[in-house]
Amino acid sequence: MKSGSNLEKVLEAGHFAVTAELGPPKGADAEVISKKTDILKDCVDAVNITDCQTAVVRMSSIAAAAILVSKGLEPIIQMTCRDRNRIAIQSDLLGASALGIKNLLCLTGDHQKFGNHPQSKNVFDLDSIQLIKMIKDMRDEKKFQCGEEIEVEPRFFVGAAENPFSDPFEYRALRLAKKVEAGIDFVQTQIVYNVEKFAKWMEMVRELGLHKKVYILAGVAPLKSVGMAKYMKSCVPGMDVPNEVIERMVAVGKEGAKEEGKNICVDIIEQVKKIKGIAGVHIMAVEWEEVVSGIVEKAGFLPRPKASG
Amino acid sequence: MIIGERKPIQEVLGMIAEHDKILIAGCGTCVAICMAGGDKEVSILASAIKLARNKEEKSIQILEQTPLRQCEWEFVDELKDKIETCDAVLSMACGIGVQTLVERFPKAVVYPAVNTTFLGLPEEQGVWSERCGACGNCVLDKTGGICPIVRCSKSLLNGPCGGSQDGKCEIDSEVDCGWQLIYDRLKTLGKLDNLTDILPAKDWSTSRDGGPRKMVREDMKL
Ligand code: SF4
Ligand code: SF4
Repeated sequence: MKSGSNLEKVLEAGHFAVTAELGPPKGADAEVISKKTDILKDCVDAVNITDCQTAVVRMSSIAAAAILVSKGLEPIIQMTCRDRNRIAIQSDLLGASALGIKNLLCLTGDHQKFGNHPQSKNVFDLDSIQLIKMIKDMRDEKKFQCGEEIEVEPRFFVGAAENPFSDPFEYRALRLAKKVEAGIDFVQTQIVYNVEKFAKWMEMVRELGLHKKVYILAGVAPLKSVGMAKYMKSCVPGMDVPNEVIERMVAVGKEGAKEEGKNICVDIIEQVKKIKGIAGVHIMAVEWEEVVSGIVEKAGFLPRPKASG
Repeated sequence: MIIGERKPIQEVLGMIAEHDKILIAGCGTCVAICMAGGDKEVSILASAIKLARNKEEKSIQILEQTPLRQCEWEFVDELKDKIETCDAVLSMACGIGVQTLVERFPKAVVYPAVNTTFLGLPEEQGVWSERCGACGNCVLDKTGGICPIVRCSKSLLNGPCGGSQDGKCEIDSEVDCGWQLIYDRLKTLGKLDNLTDILPAKDWSTSRDGGPRKMVREDMKL
């Protein structure tokens, strides 16, 4: 075991893993985290806690994760390269490990241009691949990035994100290979709406044998409305929403939108589950956490395995 | 070359509000070519200032001079006589020119009339864009001659982030994704293999992060 996390155990035992996402509040309210924790507990194996997603200031991922740990729900903290240099990242991760956090997702981070502090300075001391390498070396070599020894090393189950829908498409599987080489244990993909393109990407991933080296969790997200579908299609870089999906949302009208959004999500889960090399799903329903249990139930994922050992 | 852009006239007028006799010092190299601070721009700025001051009924005397470069002692020395007769100097060079004047003429009051924007080139008439961040340890050999430090919005060294789409960067649909450019170029060169090697964490100490930089070449010293 690399970290001994629940997520790691579930995957190692060969179960199909289910993770969700929790957005910390734009404020210091611990209650919000507690409430969302209650909503997600028992229906997923672990929960991603975003790190100032879209460059909007929110409660820190590690602090929010500590609340989850205290309530018995396993967090996957996120760490981006945007806001911290290698000194701050290593320091925060030592702290996170000391707080009992065992899963970590390494991200490049969205540019601050579209956040709520577009005038800020960004860092990008490391890129996500260098970040992964640094964290793997901290865990497996007991070394800081500078080469100095760590007495008690942080032990994380290390993940990364990958977006099969951004460009250049031919390079996307190779980029995942780089992350695998750098040292990840699992990967969560960008939200899949275009299953056909996703399957094509998985084909390239299998050709490189990456599905045997890391656990691949397909990202999915329920749509709430036609507006959201259209916004994602045209305004979110690297998001691919096919017209069929939008048509399905249009067909049910306003009243049926949320239900159809859930149905589409379950359908996509069924489809990606059949793709060889997919080890789980990651359900992203930030600010709509209450929808997750229904989706998980409908997809037949309940009860979640009790990881032993 | 160094690219610059003239500051808004109101800001310039504010700086020189208390002065009655100024020298506008241009520069005949980079900022002349990017049409921010050459002799032409010097005379345009002089007219604009005079006009504004006439309106306020506060006359001003303006001298103009544009040495070939404002970043070398021997060229700025040409400005000596004029600087000594003026209350202040409005420099239309880049930030380096302004500081060269300050160092050479410690008693002179020098103001910047130009914002130094970046190191780049004129892509076409009226369009300039950034090409180098002077990181002090060039990696262009690994990236097909396209700089990942300034042409990728996040200075990534190991390939494009997830926001790259249709050749454009996630920050703006008008901005090319630097990594798409690198990818295309390496493909043309038959060197896509370059992109499978992991480039280690960069040593930023050769960049601005290492503090003010200085280069000493013993072999060149007199
Ligand atoms: S790698 Fe560094 S030195 Fe080379 S072009 Fe880019 S910023 Fe300039
Ligand atoms: S989209 Fe391209 S240029 Fe923009 S940050 Fe990502 S890799 Fe860099």
